[in-house]
Amino acid sequence: MILSITYTQPPATDLGYLLHKNPSRPQTFTLNHGKAHIFYPEATEERCTVALLLDIDPIDLARGKKGSSGDGGLFDYVNDRPYVASSFLSVAISRVFGTAMSGKSKEKPELAEMELPLQAKIMMLPCKGGEEIIYRLFEPLGYKVSVEGYMLDEKFPEWGKSKYYTVSLEGKVRLRDLLNHIYVLIPVLDSEKHYWVGEDEIDKLLSHGDRWLINHPEKELITGRYLIRKKRLVNEAFKRLLEASDVADDEDEENEPSQNDQTERKLNLNQQRLGTVVAVLKSVNAKRVIDIGCGEGNLLSLLMKDKTFEQITGVDVSYSVLERAKDKLKIDRLPEMQRKRINLFQGSLVYRDKRFSGYDAATVIEVIEHLDENRLKAFEKVLFKFARPQTVIVSTPNKEYNLHYQNLFEGDLRHRDHRFEWTRKEFETWAVKVAESYGYNVRFLQIGEVDDEFGSPTQMGVFTL
Amino acid sequence: MKLTVPELSLIVLIGSSGSGKSTFAKKHFRPTEVISSDFCRGLVSDDENEQTVTETAFDVLHYIVSKRLKLGKLTVVDATNVQESARKPLIEIARDNNCFPVAVVFNLSERICQDRNKNRTDRQVGEHVIRKHTQQLKKSIKGLQREGFRYVYVLNSPEEVEEVVFERQPLWNNKKDEHGPFDIIGDVHGCYDELKMLLEKLDYSIEEVEGGDGSGKYRVTHPEGRKVLFLGDLVDRGPKITEVLKLVMSMVKSGIALCVPGNHDVKLLKKLNGRDVQITHGLDRTLEQLEGESPEFIEEVKVFIDGLVSHYVLDDGKLVVAHAGMKEEFQGRGSGRVREFALYGETTGETDEYGLPVRYDWASDYRGRAMVVYGHTPQAEALKVNNTINIDTGCVFGGKLTAYRYPEREFVDVKALKTYYEPAKPFLPEQDKAESFETRGDNDILDINDVLGKRFIGTRLMSNITIHEENSIAALEVMSRFAADPHWLIYLPPTMSPSETSKKEGMLEHPAEAFEYFRIRGVDKVVCEQKHMGSRAVVIVCKDSQVAEKRFGVLDGTSGICYTRTGRHFFDDMELEAALIDRVRRALDKSGFWSDFNTDWVCLDCELMPWSAKAQKLLKEQYSAVGISGRIALDEAVKLLKQTSLNKAVVFDVNKETSGKNADINELLQRFTERAEMIYKYVDAYRKYCWPVSSIDDLKLAPFHILATEGKVHSDKNHIWHMDSIAKYCAQDDSLIIATEHILVDVTDEESVAKGIKWWEDLTASGGEGMVVKPYDFVVKNGKELLQPAVKCRGREYLRIIYGPEYTMDENIQRLRNRAVGKKRSLALREFSLGMEALERFVRNEPLYRVHECVFGVLALESEPVDPRL
Repeated sequence: MILSITYTQPPATDLGYLLHKNPSRPQTFTLNHGKAHIFYPEATEERCTVALLLDIDPIDLARGKKGSSGDGGLFDYVNDRPYVASSFLSVAISRVFGTAMSGKSKEKPELAEMELPLQAKIMMLPCKGGEEIIYRLFEPLGYKVSVEGYMLDEKFPEWGKSKYYTVSLEGKVRLRDLLNHIYVLIPVLDSEKHYWVGEDEIDKLLSHGDRWLINHPEKELITGRYLIRKKRLVNEAFKRLLEASDVADDEDEENEPSQNDQTERKLNLNQQRLGTVVAVLKSVNAKRVIDIGCGEGNLLSLLMKDKTFEQITGVDVSYSVLERAKDKLKIDRLPEMQRKRINLFQGSLVYRDKRFSGYDAATVIEVIEHLDENRLKAFEKVLFKFARPQTVIVSTPNKEYNLHYQNLFEGDLRHRDHRFEWTRKEFETWAVKVAESYGYNVRFLQIGEVDDEFGSPTQMGVFTL
Repeated sequence: MKLTVPELSLIVLIGSSGSGKSTFAKKHFRPTEVISSDFCRGLVSDDENEQTVTETAFDVLHYIVSKRLKLGKLTVVDATNVQESARKPLIEIARDNNCFPVAVVFNLSERICQDRNKNRTDRQVGEHVIRKHTQQLKKSIKGLQREGFRYVYVLNSPEEVEEVVFERQPLWNNKKDEHGPFDIIGDVHGCYDELKMLLEKLDYSIEEVEGGDGSGKYRVTHPEGRKVLFLGDLVDRGPKITEVLKLVMSMVKSGIALCVPGNHDVKLLKKLNGRDVQITHGLDRTLEQLEGESPEFIEEVKVFIDGLVSHYVLDDGKLVVAHAGMKEEFQGRGSGRVREFALYGETTGETDEYGLPVRYDWASDYRGRAMVVYGHTPQAEALKVNNTINIDTGCVFGGKLTAYRYPEREFVDVKALKTYYEPAKPFLPEQDKAESFETRGDNDILDINDVLGKRFIGTRLMSNITIHEENSIAALEVMSRFAADPHWLIYLPPTMSPSETSKKEGMLEHPAEAFEYFRIRGVDKVVCEQKHMGSRAVVIVCKDSQVAEKRFGVLDGTSGICYTRTGRHFFDDMELEAALIDRVRRALDKSGFWSDFNTDWVCLDCELMPWSAKAQKLLKEQYSAVGISGRIALDEAVKLLKQTSLNKAVVFDVNKETSGKNADINELLQRFTERAEMIYKYVDAYRKYCWPVSSIDDLKLAPFHILATEGKVHSDKNHIWHMDSIAKYCAQDDSLIIATEHILVDVTDEESVAKGIKWWEDLTASGGEGMVVKPYDFVVKNGKELLQPAVKCRGREYLRIIYGPEYTMDENIQRLRNRAVGKKRSLALREFSLGMEALERFVRNEPLYRVHECVFGVLALESEPVDPRL
């Protein structure tokens, strides 16, 4: 909400010339979603401080420009944006201190090009990923960094720390660099933007990051977060950033998967799992396959590449996930014959569905653990009794193996949405009972690295009629 | 000439062009009943005479015909139909829809047709066409019966045509005019003694007629004129088959009973007719017992069985009886397929481990409105699945003989005196209780078609409510992934609208508007209830887990649930939930609730405190986050502005050209000081509703509606009754459960209104959330308009949590006052109607899917629409 900058080299009031803001005159600037006030709490020969105070209109954020009683805003009425240092502050900086940022000064051009003793204080900077990142981002730029954190509510210490920090920077630096660093790094720390991030954000990043970004050890993190992880933009930005310098760097861009993804990605377990599914499907000579809980269509896309499979259907309970699957599989652009092979629809594992019938095989890959255990009964009936394909493949994590995941505490599940994870014994007991009840035979497969004692990370049951 | 046709039939007119078919059709049938090929030509090509579109036109004709027949509408096809290839698809369509094709042939001389053709003003066809038609027709007549027409009427002269009168005959199975009361009795299988006992238990008196035999042996009467419906399988296996036959035949003959055939009866008939059938499944006993009977009796038995109608549709279509069941699309239809279904049900074609055919469970699919009562498959207990009841309780196998009383919906039974026949597989379930629910079939399986797509749900309070596909798409995910076991979800609470924006300066909500809402809609008294700031919770408590299993079909051993307004378990911690249910149960045990309400379960609408118990994530990520960032930032802003205002160097030079507008530092200081005060008030506001929960003793449960108990939805009681009953039965001596403060306000009395306003002011002055204003009665209508069941009126401080910490600033509240409550109100009414409907269906023991569709509807209405684009 507040950025203040202090200059301590006499005559300190030169700061006014550098910023093109008269220390003796408070001013208000109108912004898209409110105002910015500029004033000088101190302005002496020895010490001069300018404050940029944001005055965001909360109703405008919540209701949108229309200001009608309807919705239209992007934010809740109760929201932190009016009080924090976010992309709103960056926009205000460029609007109010734009000239200074470009390094121009009518009265003191030589001062603008000099490294000066400057301090900056950013009030309530939201920081995703902990305060340590603040040091990682500012220290390489030559600042002495101090950070103050806050409890969410001192009356409820059990709620823990907030994500907001007051960040103080001190260093000998050109004013324009200071402003540009802050301009870029605020939204990077916040990891959010209040406006649409498109192509022109690359230009902004490269111009405000000119000369310092390429040498920053965290340039991947900065680029990724600044472009809110839009892969295409990030790649493009990196290409242009490297072109501009001679440094060749073919490291993969970081994409910060969630903790849980990371545990699985390392093992590349998913590919092994899907490969096994395809192998099993071929072994039972399945031509028509329905993937229940298909997600974004990883398995479907694999099946599409194999002529063995004549009819491929993906089902998911989440409509938005299906839409992504449709995009990923490029269904609208498939040639007619291919298009006929694949079909997607929304369905649920706990509602009987005639559309599930008529397939040689059904695959239920890493899905059942997302169901509450007391709803498995309904799922069993829907699939094994009513849909009744010749073959059913069910896979689920093997809980015993979790010991191998260092960032999982004992008893933790691999994913926040997992309702349960089973040991091999538990899975087998369930599977055998289901098989018996509905007249299937079942065999088991281990997928992934097998530990002598704890088995493999994924377990699979293959049910056949 | 009288032509008799079944009331549902496909009448195919056959005649040359110019034979007068259209005139004939117009004379005898409603315009919508007649589909002509010319009409279809016109539909697809704008020209009724266009011959090049024949194929397309007939596609359309066939389509319309089959849709009409599917809906049970008699249909007449007006086309020449002189070629077998034209008639064949029509016969197939009739068969597919299980109704009879009827041929009406215009066998007129070619000359008559030619003459008529010449005199036509609308259009004429060539002479050769009529000649050819006439030839083809003549050739066809003989084979029509063989082609599949059940009735063939040939009209040989214009005079005959002129004299025709159609008689539409109800199908044999149509007994819609019979309204009962009925006693429906399942498979008897020669258990005469048990049948006699059962009939006597049902108050029938049975006399033997002196010297009578066969269908004249017994005289049966009932003092109240009840009627028996026998579901067939009278014969085989049992000890006294001939007596059973004589009794039932006597009853049917005298009109006190109706009987449908069972597969055993039909097989016996085949045998008696000399056909070669296997003497298995107890047929030997029938043959043995018939041996001593007279040939006259045997003949009578043959005629009797042969005359039995596959199934009956009774009581205005509300009741259907058949031996092995009847799916909806077959009800009231007549065809070989329908008869097969009535006798054998549907089989999957597989056989089970005992070598018996695996039966397709048509009942779990059944979504019809008519109740279907059937037998055929022995069960330990009468089995209700959706709207069907199997009452074959295996008397001959040592079970019992069961009668179902309609419309009383009661069971009366008589235990078998002994086991007369060993079943091929055990039909009595194992002792294991959980398993026994399992064997009761799939009555609790929900089908995707029960919820997906655009739906109309009929409710008592508001008639049809539309659920759009865009909303059900979103709700399906929530219901499937996050909701509790649907067996528990018999209700979801509606959203609640606030009162209209207050006319008072600087206020958003005030009681005056809430009172006025009701007064101007004809309500005199309202009940104001303190609004507890917690989270909405629906609490269902059963006396024990057996009740939960029996009444709710919940099999995981729990005996109650506490769920949120979106149907999720309120607590992640199942032990905490169990403890809460237990505490409520103990309170109910102690206060004598169960016996006073004559129930063993209850559904309560409640608020559960503290807010922080459920809203932990919201509080951490949003409310306290805003609080801390606001406090620190605004304090700093005030500090900096103060410092600036003390700075003597500050000037206000308006003349100098500048990019920004000059600002008055003192104004800014004042503004930010005010803002800082507000953020502190906001923090105070949310803190009030937070306290740490380390055990169940830190929770507070405030029930405010006793929604339903066995057999009753308490929406017929007023809110004072609800408040008092809760205080009396729930909130007596457990500190966990609290009664709700409330007052009664007469909105037509200024003094009472003033009291109500004062009461609200006192509540909210101390930071309370406010109150909910409800009409005195639970359900109120103003003329036809259903009124809001409740309107909320929240306190000024509390609203900071809703509209933001600084909503009270002039510039903000001015804009916020511009709000519309119409959308929310309409939503609230629809959700309220659906919620009540769900409860009503549940207490009426309707099938799960009927309750679920309402609950799903509420969830769908609450869901953000998703564009169905796939």
